[in-house]
Amino acid sequence: MSSEKQHKTDKVIEETDLGVSSLHKRHSFVGLSLALVVVGMLGLSAAAVPLYKMFCQVTGYGGTTQRAEMAPEEASKEMITVRFDANVSRNLDWKFTPVQRSVNIHIGEEKLIFYKAENDSDKPVTGTATFNVTPEVAGKYFKKIQCFCFTEQILEPGEKADMSVSFFIDAGILSDPNTKHVSEITLSYTFFEKKQKTAKAVSTKNSGSL
Amino acid sequence: MGAQAHTDGGHHDHELGFVKRWLFSTNHKDIGTLYLIFAMVGGVVGGFLSMGIRAELAEPGMQIFVNEHMFNTFSTAHGLIMIFFMIMPSLFGGFGNWIMPLMIGAPDMAFPRLNNISFWLMPPALSLLIISLFVEGPSGMNGAGVGWTVYPPHSTSGHPGPAVDFAILALHLGGASSILSSINFITTIFNMRAPGMTLHKMPLFVWSILVTAFLLLLAMPVLAGGITMLLMDRNFATTFFDPAGGGDPVLYQHLFWFFGHPEVYVIILPGFGIVSQVVSTFSKKPVFGYLGMAYAMVAIGAIGFVVWAHHMYTAGLSLDTQAYFLAATMVIAVPTGIKIFSWIATMWGGSIRFDTPMLFAIGFIFLFTFGGVTGVVLANPGIDRALHDTVYVVAHFHYTMSIGALFTLFTGWYYWFPKMTGYMYNEFLGKVHFWLIFIGVNVTFFPMHFSGLAGMPRRIPDYPDAYAGWNMISSAGAWITILGMAVFFYAMVQAFMRKRVAGDNPWGEGATTMEWSLPSPPAFHSFEHLPKVK
Repeated sequence: MSSEKQHKTDKVIEETDLGVSSLHKRHSFVGLSLALVVVGMLGLSAAAVPLYKMFCQVTGYGGTTQRAEMAPEEASKEMITVRFDANVSRNLDWKFTPVQRSVNIHIGEEKLIFYKAENDSDKPVTGTATFNVTPEVAGKYFKKIQCFCFTEQILEPGEKADMSVSFFIDAGILSDPNTKHVSEITLSYTFFEKKQKTAKAVSTKNSGSL
Repeated sequence: MGAQAHTDGGHHDHELGFVKRWLFSTNHKDIGTLYLIFAMVGGVVGGFLSMGIRAELAEPGMQIFVNEHMFNTFSTAHGLIMIFFMIMPSLFGGFGNWIMPLMIGAPDMAFPRLNNISFWLMPPALSLLIISLFVEGPSGMNGAGVGWTVYPPHSTSGHPGPAVDFAILALHLGGASSILSSINFITTIFNMRAPGMTLHKMPLFVWSILVTAFLLLLAMPVLAGGITMLLMDRNFATTFFDPAGGGDPVLYQHLFWFFGHPEVYVIILPGFGIVSQVVSTFSKKPVFGYLGMAYAMVAIGAIGFVVWAHHMYTAGLSLDTQAYFLAATMVIAVPTGIKIFSWIATMWGGSIRFDTPMLFAIGFIFLFTFGGVTGVVLANPGIDRALHDTVYVVAHFHYTMSIGALFTLFTGWYYWFPKMTGYMYNEFLGKVHFWLIFIGVNVTFFPMHFSGLAGMPRRIPDYPDAYAGWNMISSAGAWITILGMAVFFYAMVQAFMRKRVAGDNPWGEGATTMEWSLPSPPAFHSFEHLPKVK
């Protein structure tokens, strides 16, 4: 393969030494800029964790409930049914049930309800509950004033406890076109065993789902 | 490919030893060759796994696998290998390295040593993925049966063994390789075009590589972030995706699909570029609507970043969110339609030669249009409720990013084979290859639309008898495809044995891009003096 043959194009220009060194500079500039883009995207993916949490809390996305200091002074005449649901992670040896299946309340009225929990295991266990409401669009109007889910719950072996939730439904639910048809909201909790930072994240005892 | 005639050339008069030439390679053509060989290895492994899947699904009941997990392991490894270790290394790594610098008149890549590392990250990555098949996943069973999406909690608490860790590390290495290649490709395209070759004069294949590289650059770090959090949840007691510690598994799905949707365009965009070159060459006409074609790819890439949640319609999105993702997804049909119609308009009135590359290009246009239509169906959240996780989805994505991409790969392979090797393949064998594989893939995947509409779920090894008929036909199609692949390998070996000299430009006046002005195969160093583009 002769080297002359590779250039069929007649017009060639010579690379000068100056051209080569400026080319290296341009390479470094473009290459490093692109590397910065990669670092930026890595940073954004890490930032997605707090941003996602914040997004859900602010918008009530995925049925995330809201927190409030106190209920409005006047309740509306409109009524709404709130149902209660309780789940326990399969790794947690607790009983966990709502005391009342549902309540019928005025919109804007503050209501106190209770769940019952019992530790069936033989050691003290710290539990933490996740929660949301369905329909999910109602999340931003479901306001909790006080809830056992705001903190961790510790139960001694065999200990029973009543856990309270105090909440109201914001009157905004009546004017939002996405929610004004809603006549029933279900509040759901799932209790998990609080992860110990020292424990191995993936324990072998809960495997074998297949 | 290792038997290539060109060993050395240019004024470097010494011959490079095997180790120096192939292991420490900094030459874009040699690295391209390595990528293509690597992709063949990946394709054979991935193809073997897919035959396992089709053998199992041929009849109801368990055929060859001992349990469901083993089936899931096969389909997981099949997906990951075909995407990361077959299609990407061949279309992006292989042809991107081999052909793109020749098309823009560049003597090599901007960062040749970076290029070497990009390639040599791939074999360890594939090895890690293959190792993951043989180490414990769920307790008492081997392999990661998590799907290519690796969703938690199945990939965390469902797989306590190290198999998923191996798979994650394989993706880390593969991702790092893609990011480094992308930096290299973009820098090369921006800085090393021959004088006179403006961005708006670049061949469409170069445009496709440029857009693909940007997609990888923006999407891959997000996958890396997501799977790193998964790795930490698995091993370091974090709870990014674990509700027990305040995390949310749906966040992983968002991170994954923010990468995953651009990834499907990463797979198909280089193919768009190849098909544009080939349709133009074999119609002896310039591409219809060049600028529209180039910016359609840019538009597809850009919109590809804002449609990810259409993979998550059943994960609990609000109505408004679904409406947005429906609309955004439908918009992608516009630039895609521009491309399809421009290819057809390029052929319109052209003096068409139906050589093997052109057959594969037209086959691709048929397959991709079909897969695009089922994509518009699946974009509707209402219909997706019924079709989500059925084999209808499997049919859709195989028509587009799997066999669609594979057909563009063969288009490029037959088109550039004479350029890369200097030898002409056997046209008859090429045509036999095309017809066998075209019939084979359609017999395999077309019936999946019917079983999918009838409700057959994906990711199951056993199914009700009602689905037996179409599944048997699908499996028969897989055997036809394998026969076609045997012809492919035979045609390649035969071309190297017969040594029919191809000449600089076997395709005639339609082949106008710069690589055809070089000898076949091109010398070890090309364009030591920059060509000037008028």
